[in-house]
Amino acid sequence: MAPYVVKRVLFSLLVLGVISIIVFSAVRVIPGDVCHIVLQTPDVTAAQCKVINSELGIDQPVVTQYFKYMGGVLRGDFGKSLITKRDVFGEMQDRIPLTLELTLLSTALALVLAIPIGVISAIKQDSAWDYALRFMVIGWLSIPAFWLGTMLIVFPSTWWNYGPPVGYVNIWEDPFKNIQQLYLPAISLALALCASLARITRSSMLEVLRQDYIRTARAKGLGSNVVVIRHALRNAMIPVVTLFGLQVGVLFGGTVVLESIFSLPGLGGLTLAAVRSKDYSQVQGLVLLFATVLVFLNLLVDLSYAWIDPRIRYS
Amino acid sequence: MTSIAESARPVPTIELRPRQGPMKRLWRVARKKPIGAIAGAICIIFILIAIFASQLAPHAVDEQDFPRLQSPSFTFPMGTDNLFRDIFSRIIVGSRISLGVGFAAVFVGTVIGAVLGIVAGYLGGWADLIIGRLLDVMLGFPPLVFLIFFLSIFNNAGGYSLKSFLLISVAIGVIIAPTTARIVRGAVLSIRNLQYIEAAHSIGNSTPRIMMRHVLPNVVAPIIVIASIQIGNAILAEAALSFLGLGIANANHPSWGALLQDTRAFWQQAWWTAFMPGLAISVAVLSFNLFGDALRDVLDPRLRQ
Repeated sequence: MAPYVVKRVLFSLLVLGVISIIVFSAVRVIPGDVCHIVLQTPDVTAAQCKVINSELGIDQPVVTQYFKYMGGVLRGDFGKSLITKRDVFGEMQDRIPLTLELTLLSTALALVLAIPIGVISAIKQDSAWDYALRFMVIGWLSIPAFWLGTMLIVFPSTWWNYGPPVGYVNIWEDPFKNIQQLYLPAISLALALCASLARITRSSMLEVLRQDYIRTARAKGLGSNVVVIRHALRNAMIPVVTLFGLQVGVLFGGTVVLESIFSLPGLGGLTLAAVRSKDYSQVQGLVLLFATVLVFLNLLVDLSYAWIDPRIRYS
Repeated sequence: MTSIAESARPVPTIELRPRQGPMKRLWRVARKKPIGAIAGAICIIFILIAIFASQLAPHAVDEQDFPRLQSPSFTFPMGTDNLFRDIFSRIIVGSRISLGVGFAAVFVGTVIGAVLGIVAGYLGGWADLIIGRLLDVMLGFPPLVFLIFFLSIFNNAGGYSLKSFLLISVAIGVIIAPTTARIVRGAVLSIRNLQYIEAAHSIGNSTPRIMMRHVLPNVVAPIIVIASIQIGNAILAEAALSFLGLGIANANHPSWGALLQDTRAFWQQAWWTAFMPGLAISVAVLSFNLFGDALRDVLDPRLRQ
């Protein structure tokens, strides 16, 4: 297994390297001059531009710039915001807990619902239950998270005059208020994830339930719950875990929209604000952060296969 | 010695059912998959609405002489907005951008994905390894974050123009291409060692020709299925972009996502301004999803997982 892990880790680093090059060079082709963005005005003299360019190091060759930047990134220094002049990593650091909590809450919610739905749908294949659950789940897949979030704000407030408390507090300060602020966006984010996980759980369970070892387990007299949970579910988890790894990116994207709707100060909201103000050093740092987390998670997913299914041997 | 004439027995003929006409076959499939058929019909209605939007809309999108923020009624089935406009008409016209970008994006994504998948699957080896890592790179970006990033850099001007339309379609296409590529690659792997490919190779066909003439036609079914399944996702992606104000919609060229964003300050006061555009998105996406699912079961049941 060791050579496989090494190879896989190296590939992940390579992928991250390519991503950083893409992000870095994409930012260099921004139409318009950086000094316009920094000074926030269209009329800038050539002399002013020169000063700013040398301050930011833009007058150096691109390759030098790249290595300088990446050297900084590896030490946790993502540079300074073009507009607020604040530390890019510092800005992100303050917002990570909220986005992390939001994504973890929605993931937990999605899994807790998706697995029972998928399993019930599979063991009662082609029954009324199965049809109803499948229809419900495909309906969930069709609801945009930002619309669901909107509805969860609009209707409770019209009908019961209810709204989540305003003014974000973090979970250590006031856990109760914090959860009240986060459960609505978490539900909105979770729904689509839950739907795709439930669908894959169902099809993967159906595949596994047809296997010989399931028949053996039943034949030796095990109760059907034991068979379903201990023998089938665990073996059905690999496609579910794989899909989950791929869907985390969608979850990150969802935070951009939902944090904006619910006015939560997280990474997603920061991304949107940075893009709108053309603060490209902030955008660059955020995209790199998201990509690193995603690539790392998918690496973990790949390495978890052997733990989920001991029959798998990496070669 | 038996002569050739003697050994040549008459070829046994099989009584074939007369080949059914296309309408009849369609009907048979529809009977087997009623939900998919209904969804397909709704998809066609949506497409027709998008094509004939300006003829179908009861009012012009910029007509502003209606009561302000009226709740849904017979005269205004979806109510009116804060600028005295008929929401129903704006949603009908909005289908143009929403479906137009959705279809264009799926076209781009399917072409990119199919080419990458066929090349990776058929050539294998280094090509497969490089394309595989390229797909990993694409999957390393959270889709919506990539879209926002890409469009903020390349679609600086934004607005309602052909350039913006193409850029948004390409951006969404790039996002859906990896899924297509993986599925096509899998399908190609399952046929690449079959005899007819070997035969085509042995009579001296060039590799590009084999990929075009022999591999591609045999993986068309999964390509169509995955494309139809992705239309819903592409519509959702466009809606999210429009909602964030990064789409191509403007006041006179609405899209569903933009309609929702435009009335943001009035959501609490007039629920229909928030409800109706999202309903249009959900119904459209649901129909395309159900239709894609049924198409998959009919054309390529192997893709079920």
